[in-house]
Amino acid sequence: MAELTYRDAVARGIAQEMARDPDVIFFGEDVAKPGGVFKATVGLYEQFGPKRVRDTPISEQAIMGAAMGAAMTGLKPIAEIMFSDFFAVCFDYIANEFPKSRYMSNGQLKCPLVVRTGNGAGSRFGAQHSQSVENWCMMIPGLKVVAPSNPRDVIGLMAAAVRDPDPVIFFEHKSLYPVKGEVPDGEIVDTLGTAAIVRPGKDASILALALMVPRALEAAERLKAEHGIDCEVIDVRSLVPLDTQTILGSIARTHRVFTVEENPRLCGWGAEIVSIIADEAFYDLDGPPVRITTPHIPLPAADVLEDAVLPTVQRITETVRRSLQS
Amino acid sequence: MAVADAQKKSSRADTAAPETDTAAAVPPLTQEQELSAYRQMLLIRRFEEKAGQMYGMGLIGGFCHLYIGQEAVVVGMQMTLKDGDEVITGYRDHGHMLACGMDPKGVMAELTGRQHGYSKGKGGSMHMFSVEKGFFGGHGIVGAQVPLGTGLAFANKYRGSDNVSVTYFGDGAANQGQVYESFNMAKLWMLPVIYVIENNQYGMGTSVARASATTHLYMRGRAHDIPGEHVDGMDVRAVKAAGEKAVKWCREGNGPIILEMLTYRYRGHSMSDPAKYRTREEVEKVRTEHDPIEQVRARLLSNKWASEDDLKKIDAAVRATVNEAAEFATHDPEPDPAELWTDVVR
Ligand SMILES: Cc1ncc(C[n+]2csc(CCOP(=O)(O)OP(=O)(O)O)c2C)c(N)n1
Ligand SMILES: [Mg+2]
Repeated sequence: MAELTYRDAVARGIAQEMARDPDVIFFGEDVAKPGGVFKATVGLYEQFGPKRVRDTPISEQAIMGAAMGAAMTGLKPIAEIMFSDFFAVCFDYIANEFPKSRYMSNGQLKCPLVVRTGNGAGSRFGAQHSQSVENWCMMIPGLKVVAPSNPRDVIGLMAAAVRDPDPVIFFEHKSLYPVKGEVPDGEIVDTLGTAAIVRPGKDASILALALMVPRALEAAERLKAEHGIDCEVIDVRSLVPLDTQTILGSIARTHRVFTVEENPRLCGWGAEIVSIIADEAFYDLDGPPVRITTPHIPLPAADVLEDAVLPTVQRITETVRRSLQS
Repeated sequence: MAVADAQKKSSRADTAAPETDTAAAVPPLTQEQELSAYRQMLLIRRFEEKAGQMYGMGLIGGFCHLYIGQEAVVVGMQMTLKDGDEVITGYRDHGHMLACGMDPKGVMAELTGRQHGYSKGKGGSMHMFSVEKGFFGGHGIVGAQVPLGTGLAFANKYRGSDNVSVTYFGDGAANQGQVYESFNMAKLWMLPVIYVIENNQYGMGTSVARASATTHLYMRGRAHDIPGEHVDGMDVRAVKAAGEKAVKWCREGNGPIILEMLTYRYRGHSMSDPAKYRTREEVEKVRTEHDPIEQVRARLLSNKWASEDDLKKIDAAVRATVNEAAEFATHDPEPDPAELWTDVVR
């Protein structure tokens, strides 16, 4: 066991995979010599050298396209898009190329690549550097989408993503980089498409992702201590594939569900999950599903304004309490 | 000059001679122009120093990209523009806003995220606008402003005005695809746009030579038959001279033109960058030998166009303006949360 930051876990996860497979290469803007703008890839350039770890020009389309080109021949690129907002600059590859190649080529072309990116708010970066865009990727058939909330999951899901034969979009949360967690020694390999029950409970299920997981957990502790409400918290971890079994199983026990989403409200990942719940578990519910989200507006830069829009521990606690006690 | 030397050393196959070398003969400025350039550059320098301090004190958060070292570029260009010309740039935008005549109080208050900031705290350091002053942002996505600036030029031509669009972007941004889509369209439609590449030698932690296969960025328009010129961006006279030619070219309907300004940023990329990718000596050399403000100062003194005392007075006035802006930005109230819901697309 070692205590590691989420940031250091990224480098360890990538190193673990590069060490075992020479086909794994890694590139992006300022990721090699400078070690990444968030310092999440420090040491990889020194360990694996300039042939496998590269700084690219500021050319997101070429980064994405070249990653796919290399992947079509069997290399396993990990490519970084510094901020997930910049997906919009190179979305053609994410939306039209990666996810469709296997299908359109009768399985001749594989796309075993990973795009890792800094997602989410909390740093006062404003409307073009703070978005949570996991839903942009979830909506496209042919992409896998993961968003770890802790260092151990970063390593395990990175390994699973690299070893997966299909394109995986790997959302790292910028506000989680400094957060520490216990990580076992040795190789860690996790499974895509698995959610985790991070706090068992009987009164309601709270589904959360990435930065919203620690907030949901804290809210659950408050609800228990202050109101005697016992919530189960599920770290969704993987949006595609989605672990509906764990989610629906939880609702069958608690009969209430809340989603905590950082993405803007319209078409957020929780809307899709709630729709699945309506289809498959309607009669398990004792009350309407409730979505706790960022409002459907661009993100502001000022600290007071940014703090006012993201779901907070306070807002989660209050929303759950009011819904259950009404 | 040092930055040009550094660049020549780093260039690879692109050893072709520059199309024009403005360093050869730099037309002088008048006394009045020198004094005005001095004031303007000093305002930007002091404003940025203050912003850096306020960031350190926790009064400014998020990103904050300082323009220190590059002042001559925007000040020299601005001297060549007239009412109705448009300016657009990326996120290193404080200098451009001040040069456009935007209120330092409003800019600083946006940095501190306050109610009377230009965007009421919703934009932040990278995203401010003043249509009144011809400043169209303030864009956080590297390269995004290049097609936008092309569109500003389109509108000028469409309306039959002789206004020009000055579209600034960095050496790093010059490797974005949309830059070349814009070049092609601008030449095809003969749009009055001046593409000003602020080559400050680095895009974040990556030097031009490590990011660009060819490092003479003023030649990047050649495939589209767009003329380009490289300019000593540390010399406000050279910038103004090149700017005047470019403005004339555009106003007379000759289509787009590229000016590569060789310049240097003294500070890190943003406040969180310790700039370990370059040596202290490299920075010191530019500072001591090529500082844009010191150059004007030296000329003002040697021409006896200003005394030490006169310059001290200017400095004091500039400091007062900046302190007033800082004071304002520190005490201006935070925006009301209701502001979240204004100017929302519904
Ligand atoms: C599309 C996009 N990619 C990457 C970034 C991150 N980024 C911000 S500034 C920057 C460097 C840009 O360098 P340059 O164009 O030379 O401008 P300078 O910062 O030197 O003024 C990078 C990579 C971004 N904001 N947008
Ligand atoms: Mg630069």
